[in-house]
Amino acid sequence: MDLLLIFISAAIVNNFVLSLFLGICPFLGVSNKTSSAISMGMAVTFVMVLTAIVSWILYFIVLVPFKLEFLQIPSFILVIASLVQFVEMVIKKVSQPLYRALGIFLPLITTNCAILGLALLLSMREYSLIQSIVFGLGAGAGFTMALFIMAGIREELELTDVPKPFRGVPITLITAGLLALAFMGFAGMI
Amino acid sequence: MKDKKSLGYEYLKGLWEINPIFKQVLGMCPTLAVTVSVMNGLAMALATTFVLVFSSLLISSIRKLIPNQVRIAAFIVVIATFVTIADLVMKAKFPALSKALGPFVPLIVVNCIILGRAEAFASKNTPFRSFLDALGNGTGFLIALVIMGGIREMIGSRTLLGYQVLPNGFEPWLIMILPAGAFLTLGLLMGLANFYVDKKKKLAQQELIQKYRKAENTIEVKGQEA
Repeated sequence: MDLLLIFISAAIVNNFVLSLFLGICPFLGVSNKTSSAISMGMAVTFVMVLTAIVSWILYFIVLVPFKLEFLQIPSFILVIASLVQFVEMVIKKVSQPLYRALGIFLPLITTNCAILGLALLLSMREYSLIQSIVFGLGAGAGFTMALFIMAGIREELELTDVPKPFRGVPITLITAGLLALAFMGFAGMI
Repeated sequence: MKDKKSLGYEYLKGLWEINPIFKQVLGMCPTLAVTVSVMNGLAMALATTFVLVFSSLLISSIRKLIPNQVRIAAFIVVIATFVTIADLVMKAKFPALSKALGPFVPLIVVNCIILGRAEAFASKNTPFRSFLDALGNGTGFLIALVIMGGIREMIGSRTLLGYQVLPNGFEPWLIMILPAGAFLTLGLLMGLANFYVDKKKKLAQQELIQKYRKAENTIEVKGQEA
């Protein structure tokens, strides 16, 4: 029950993109087509779950016992960067189709604040390992969902006549605002 | 450097010409997340500017020592160091503010403005120029955050920097301090900025056309006289 709550909270109620504002850059950048939105979402979810495991181990098994919490930021960012690099290499060797689908998005993920935000939040909230994994899965699912919905809307938006100064980023932000408004409806759920 | 630009320009260009928020669309996450009030926006912008200025200064002074292949990793380590300093200082001196900003102070590490300036400017220019460039970009970021925070705080909770500015009769719009309000405010502000730029461009164009026409007329007149 506890795990289910964490999942739903991360995916819907406290959606990473629409209510915590994490990962706005890919949200604005890669939400042009539904197909690339799904690939990006999958890549992010995958890296999020891995990051949750690795950063949990790093923080609670290495940093806390040795009283090195002040090294949290540099160590997390280095671990995430090398993890992404490693995942990219493994995928390239193991599965070419998957590499083609995710490949270009993986390097972008390193500087995605959603990933580092996840690692920081789970250490701040002191989740257990299992909880962290579920948290990562939920956050990834929520990110993918937000990206997919946004991409669907933007594909339709291409065909509409938007006032010239609002074309591009501004209208996307306003759409995201309306989407966030809709997601607020879930606020009472937990 | 082939084209030497004036030092003042290096600073001023960050304010509007390449404003990180309105023109480069970088660093959106903190812009949207922390601008519930002017104070939060100001604190966030100052912390970011601190990191930006010092990491630019350091990176440009050691730019010739960093091998090209590992430069991104080196930049990130430098940035992470300054972010840790900012985070610890904030936690020690302003605990309430640090709590209000939440994970967004450590998240300055992945703020694209900083890595962007390091990669695009500090790694190619002298320390003094990089310092000015970073300061300019930081100020531009500060302006954007204060405007955002001001609008959201004023309409969302009737206050500005904690002091009430709108009368009690004004019903505060709760939506402005909720996430949705952040997206809407920034979207509208960016639209306005684009509108202004477009209008200015059109005016300049018209002026140019008029000048050209005038020149044409005088030539014609001269031709007739002859």
